[in-house]
Amino acid sequence: MTFLKRYLIPRLIQYVLVIWLGITAVFLIPRVLPSDPVMAMIGMMRARGSTLEPGAMDDIIADLTEMYGLEGSWLDQYWAFWGRLFQGDFGVSFFNFPARVNDLIGNAMPWTLGLLLTTTILTTVFGNIIGGLAGYYSKKPWARTLDAIAMVIRPLPYYIFAFALILVFGWVVRWFPITGGASIGAQPALTWPYIKDVLWHAFLPGLSLTLLGGAVTFQTMKLLVQNVNAESFVQYAKLSGVTEGRIVSKYVIRNALLPQITGLALSLGQIFSGALITEIVYGYPGVGMLLYNSIIRADYNLIMGITIFSIVGITTAILIVDLTYPLFDPRVRYY
Amino acid sequence: MKVFLDLFKDYRFVFSFVVLVFILILALMSFASPFDPTLWNVVPRDMPPSGEYWLGTDSNGQDIFWQATFAVRNSLIISLIAGLVSRVIAILVGMVAGYNGGATDRVLMFISDGLLVIPIFLIFVLLSMLMREYMNLALLGLMLSLLSWPWDARLIRSVILSLREREFTKTAILSGTGTVSLVLKEYLPFATPLIFSTLINNIAFAIGLEITLAFLGLVNLTIPTLGTMLNWAITYQAILLGRWYWVLTPVVLSLFLFIALYWLSVSISEYLDPRTRIQRVGA
Repeated sequence: MTFLKRYLIPRLIQYVLVIWLGITAVFLIPRVLPSDPVMAMIGMMRARGSTLEPGAMDDIIADLTEMYGLEGSWLDQYWAFWGRLFQGDFGVSFFNFPARVNDLIGNAMPWTLGLLLTTTILTTVFGNIIGGLAGYYSKKPWARTLDAIAMVIRPLPYYIFAFALILVFGWVVRWFPITGGASIGAQPALTWPYIKDVLWHAFLPGLSLTLLGGAVTFQTMKLLVQNVNAESFVQYAKLSGVTEGRIVSKYVIRNALLPQITGLALSLGQIFSGALITEIVYGYPGVGMLLYNSIIRADYNLIMGITIFSIVGITTAILIVDLTYPLFDPRVRYY
Repeated sequence: MKVFLDLFKDYRFVFSFVVLVFILILALMSFASPFDPTLWNVVPRDMPPSGEYWLGTDSNGQDIFWQATFAVRNSLIISLIAGLVSRVIAILVGMVAGYNGGATDRVLMFISDGLLVIPIFLIFVLLSMLMREYMNLALLGLMLSLLSWPWDARLIRSVILSLREREFTKTAILSGTGTVSLVLKEYLPFATPLIFSTLINNIAFAIGLEITLAFLGLVNLTIPTLGTMLNWAITYQAILLGRWYWVLTPVVLSLFLFIALYWLSVSISEYLDPRTRIQRVGA
């Protein structure tokens, strides 16, 4: 019971509050800014060269105001906004009319999830193991070489790194396709050729996400292991003749891993943003590409939908990582 | 001077110093530019690099070399505004939360945790989409600063938290030092190295985000920055047409800039952290 009271309930309240804060921000931003989404939309229509009768214009303004949920006072709008969210309804996309925002996001989500899950798992597993070994054997030449490589990759933003990889692998040596999630005309099916095609297309985006994320995990893990290494219990284990493999895996890496889990939880939001940017650079058909198209066409509903989906998704993922923490640290008991 | 001599023993510092001096000179050269960066067709279009046009000319009819000087200058201005303003917010939040503790601390840390967790890139997209017509250098810098302080505020708070428990805090309070002067005179010097290294990281972050937003077309594309230069190059299919000098100029400049800023922050914070300094002297 105390687990519920001391840990789970405060953590759940925090979870709900953060989602509330984020979604309220999404609600407020367009309303406090001086620009009017309805007039911007009409401006776009005009720019495309469509001429409108004065009466038709008023109808369109009324329709758009209703569609954006901009009728009545802010408080009314706010209630209506939450009412729609609880029904899981994000309205329709303007430029893929009458496709629903939910369906568009639903179609794009598997691509993003696949890319994100694979690269996050690869980054966490390999970054921590290699970083841990490099921290333990920090004087060896291979550890120094890896460190130097990480020093170069680490500061690069997702966009520039993805773009540099495209320039090298897509144009200079043309080993990998530079755009799309699968070959044009390929039929989605659970057959080996299709899966191979998808993997081949996912290689470059996956590589850039894994290398960037891996460089960060590698560096922090190396530093953590070097600190644990200096602790007296490691010295004691060495002097007592515990085998080196056992010291590294059971004593050093396991202890250094704990802050890394917290670090992963805190950086999930950035990793997700990075995945969106990487998708845009590679034209990968996930949520990032959907976001890009909605920006180009000023598809306001779609952007709102993507933002709200992401806020809920990321905070939930972080909650799950936090709740699994005791599995890694037997000292933490929530009762 | 001795500080500099010590720092120059680190190859990373030497590299960053040389690159940053080069980039600053480039930015200053923009004042001597013979062309107005906002005009089009001031030179013949699509010329490859030559003695007259060092890095060629682009499809808008601008000299790429001189355009790059303006781009570097504007990117630096945006990121400096973003870095400095967000430092002020981070210092205020971190110090108030760390020193006051209690409910103030919980509220401030809740807000910063909230901002940390939310994918702020999407909030930036939403903001800049709605603000596109009003966007200028200062506004973009301010916008970037408003959302990039939470992590650094947390770091500063943790420093203050540990300082608050130290003996000299009690001595200062008992000898009648006011809260403001205690925080500014006694605590700030301890936090300065941290503030400085987060400032450099924040500048790099702001430059990177500007490039990303520019690539999405969410900034004013008539102002030359590293991001808008790249945007134009991609819009005109410079890669497909083999105009490598156009694409590579902003890409190579930003690659060097990012690595230099990161190495600078690493080498300075390692120098300021005595534990690693001893390690280096010993090695």
